[in-house]
Amino acid sequence: MAIDKFLVEASHIMMFARSVGDDNPIYHDEEYANKTDLGGIIAPPTFAQSSAQFDPNYFLRPKIGGEGWFGSGKDASGAKPSSSSGSGESGGGGAAMGLHAEQHFEYHLPVKAGDVLSATTKPGNTWEKESKRAGKLKFSESVTEYRNQNGDLVITATGVGVQTERAVDS
Amino acid sequence: MLKESEIKIGDKHTTTLVEDLKRTQIVQYAGASGDYNPLHTDEIFTTQVAGYPSVFAHGMLSMGLTGTMLTNYVGDGALKKYGVRFTNQVWPGDTLKSTATIVDIREQDGERVVDLQIETTNQNDVAVITGNATAKIES
Repeated sequence: MAIDKFLVEASHIMMFARSVGDDNPIYHDEEYANKTDLGGIIAPPTFAQSSAQFDPNYFLRPKIGGEGWFGSGKDASGAKPSSSSGSGESGGGGAAMGLHAEQHFEYHLPVKAGDVLSATTKPGNTWEKESKRAGKLKFSESVTEYRNQNGDLVITATGVGVQTERAVDS
Repeated sequence: MLKESEIKIGDKHTTTLVEDLKRTQIVQYAGASGDYNPLHTDEIFTTQVAGYPSVFAHGMLSMGLTGTMLTNYVGDGALKKYGVRFTNQVWPGDTLKSTATIVDIREQDGERVVDLQIETTNQNDVAVITGNATAKIES
């Protein structure tokens, strides 16, 4: 997966912060944020995950005029997801093809509203494990590097996705 | 930012992240993050096709909620590292509590930093997230 342009916008940061229950003014109040040492609105620590919005082939977004969507409509499930039609990777993780097992972020520089990031993802390790709750588990790691408009590395994100044999028993 | 003179190894910071998690908040997260996997928002698909008892939260929503606790504790722009394992699913109706525990205070790349162990649990005291973080502190 590669993302050429991940536009970090203040309104997107505001919506993302709301969704994770964060009313810190550094994420929505420009006047307040400008007076802090950071000098403006910054992105919350897990915001890089929303780079999925900027991945044209992102697997877990219905495509306009696309092949259909596997969620419910008239029937409980629509089209089967086709793994060949998308990258199968989320922005910061490798969870799109199954469940998300782990996620790690390393922060090198603050991500600020107005930044234009690019991201490249490389596959990492893969391994298997047996589990009582979900059968055979297939783990796969992906490492995404986010760079800003100056070419500086801002975030390294490592995601671990897991494909389960069956739904996880709760 | 945390001040070194005001913290010590073993200090704990606990907050409630969400009470009675609503499906609507999961929808909000789907919209903001761009992860529209029906397992998180489509009750019919999730129960009838995928075989789960109900929709459940994105792991990244739990990590995001836990991140709110973390940045409220260590300050804005202080995090150097933040990583988690998703140990159990989070369901609508769950109430989540999260604790950060200081496990080390040390020097890294010429800066003073604190290492934190993180655990987020549900109303049954089952861990849904375990993880760790490193943040800059004021010496």
